[in-house]
Amino acid sequence: MAMVETMTPEQTRTPETARPDATRSEGTAGSPLVGPGEDAKVSARDCSVYYGEKHALKGVSLDIKVNEVTAFIGPSGCGKSTFLRSLNRMNDIIDGARVTGLIALDGEDIYARKVDVVQLRARVGMVFQKPNPFPKSIYENVAYGPRIHGLASTKDEMDDVVQSSLERAGLWTEVKDRLDQPGTGLSGGQQQRLCIARAIAVSPEVILMDEPCSALDPIATAKIEELIDELRQNYTIVIVTHSMQQAARVSQRTAFFHLGNLVECNDTEQIFTNPLHKLTQGYITGRFG
Amino acid sequence: MATAEQQVEMTTSQKDILSRQSRISETVNAGLKSRYRSEARFRAYGAGAIVLALVMLVLLFVTIIGKGYTAFVQTELQLTIATSGEALGIGNDRDAAALNRADYQAQIKASLRDMFPDVTGRKERRDLYGMVSDGAAYALRDALAENPALIGQKVTLQVPVASDIDMLHKGQIDRTVAEAERKVNDFQIGIYDRWVSMGTIGLHFNTALFTQGDSRQPELAGIWGAAVGSFYTLIVTLALSFPIGVAAAVYLEEFAPKNRWTDLIEVNINNLAAVPSIVFGLLGLAVFLQFFGMPRSAPVAGGLVLTLMNLPIIIIASRAALKSVPPSIREAALGLGASKLQTILHHVLPLAMPGMLTGTIIGMAHALGETAPLLMIGMVAFVVDIPMTPMDSATVLPVQIYLWADSPERAFVERTSAAIMVLLAFLVTMNAAAVLLRKKFERRW
Repeated sequence: MAMVETMTPEQTRTPETARPDATRSEGTAGSPLVGPGEDAKVSARDCSVYYGEKHALKGVSLDIKVNEVTAFIGPSGCGKSTFLRSLNRMNDIIDGARVTGLIALDGEDIYARKVDVVQLRARVGMVFQKPNPFPKSIYENVAYGPRIHGLASTKDEMDDVVQSSLERAGLWTEVKDRLDQPGTGLSGGQQQRLCIARAIAVSPEVILMDEPCSALDPIATAKIEELIDELRQNYTIVIVTHSMQQAARVSQRTAFFHLGNLVECNDTEQIFTNPLHKLTQGYITGRFG
Repeated sequence: MATAEQQVEMTTSQKDILSRQSRISETVNAGLKSRYRSEARFRAYGAGAIVLALVMLVLLFVTIIGKGYTAFVQTELQLTIATSGEALGIGNDRDAAALNRADYQAQIKASLRDMFPDVTGRKERRDLYGMVSDGAAYALRDALAENPALIGQKVTLQVPVASDIDMLHKGQIDRTVAEAERKVNDFQIGIYDRWVSMGTIGLHFNTALFTQGDSRQPELAGIWGAAVGSFYTLIVTLALSFPIGVAAAVYLEEFAPKNRWTDLIEVNINNLAAVPSIVFGLLGLAVFLQFFGMPRSAPVAGGLVLTLMNLPIIIIASRAALKSVPPSIREAALGLGASKLQTILHHVLPLAMPGMLTGTIIGMAHALGETAPLLMIGMVAFVVDIPMTPMDSATVLPVQIYLWADSPERAFVERTSAAIMVLLAFLVTMNAAAVLLRKKFERRW
């Protein structure tokens, strides 16, 4: 378990909360729910997702803590991306997708009738697996979100938003001289950071990342991971990853999914050093998946 | 002992693998030749098809241009007319009303008589008058209307000759044929030869072809009326079919639920694209003319019929273009909190626009060359006037070609080819403009 040594001291300090077994969701090992006195930014209770007849996610109950990085790991087809996409209702655009149970953002049901999905997605941003900048200039890519939400009224304000977003995404120095160049002309890692800049330009509260580094080389991956760690100060981040090393490096909490079930959720250190469930142990030691 | 056995086993299995590999490479090698042969054959088929198409195209252009280029020039006679109030039959009146009722034909006849004082017989004179087109009188009228002070003076005009003399001058009439079977009799040939020796007859650019509407007389017939009719019809078609087609495609592709009804609509759109165009003509006759009472032969009705014909093509092409927009772009916009409409307007449509324009170009080219549905709504009428609005009676270029091809006069043959050339030029210009437009929209980075 060499990756444990790469963890920051801060991560190892994260206290493990002891709680009675009754508060655990059935069948999930570890501590998927936060204890009293802790902030859950997003909470799911008995959440199931169906694609037509297929039961892709089976009764997941999980809390995502504020200003933390939560990693979802598990073999392909285990439902982790499905769960991630249901957190900002991106499953709505898939025909035949159906979500049951409760998902709440700051205690409010995001699937309630009165919730506007446009507003929800402005609060819960998303970064996708493949970098998908718009075929427009770098400036326009970042400015698009603030523009449609009316977040900047003047050109100067917009320039500020674009600059600060690119700075926070660590891309400003690389692109400041070519903001009018196409975003699709950047390298893969730069494109993905542009997508992150685009997501944070609308100041979301939660950022969902669906395998953001799977299409990138190790150097670009390291930059994105560094960035995720910085962004944690201001945002709640949920990241789906196939790389257990990445989960160990960037996350404070880790949730392990298998065949649509949430098998175990705990502090990252706990998951990688002393997993409670034998499936988790099998996966992180590379016996399957 | 055990290890030795294992080694023996390994070597046998390795041998197995080696022999299998060599067998495989043998089989592959044996098949290679026929693979290359079939590839070469396939390439030859393709090249052959292209060559065949090019030969056909060249043949088409050679025949059409060979037949039609002479229509761009018109044989004209230089006629000196000693104008006088008496010959025009208006005495000393010079006002507009007088100029309107003046007998220009008589004046032309008088000047022809002056030109050939030796022609006295009644029949000969009639043959002589018949050698000059009615257009001569119009040319004189226009010249005098512009400047009435010319009356009483000698006016020299280039006037068109009758189409048979035009054909004679262009070498289309065989003098060796017996007189009775010839359109031009021996007396007229004699006169023509005298004109040639006088140097008063010659070829000039055929402005009538590009400025006039249809006429029974080939030398006065032009395609401008049909061109304007085609233009109005296409404008109506484009203005209706592009927005409706794109809107329908966007709705079906982006908003409509996928159920049995939308499936049914999709199947029917595909079927409509294959419906013979004359059926749309009948539909237009029943709906637009009989039910809505639209004017007969009008470009607006023609445009509506062609819109119906075009819509399936544009919808199918636009849907394909929308489908080809990568879903990641949609997800990116939706993930930022763009509404569905914003996603479509800001990202999907601009990316799909080149494909949609391509479909529209194909549809419009189709519409430009369409004849059958327009026959049904009366656009086959003989229209002399240039249409001023889309509500006026008009015909279109392909129908004009059809009408001329149907005419018995020899001179209409070359004009048919000339009109085909103009139609093709129209088509090429339109396509070039559309390709430029598409290039402008196509900002794929």
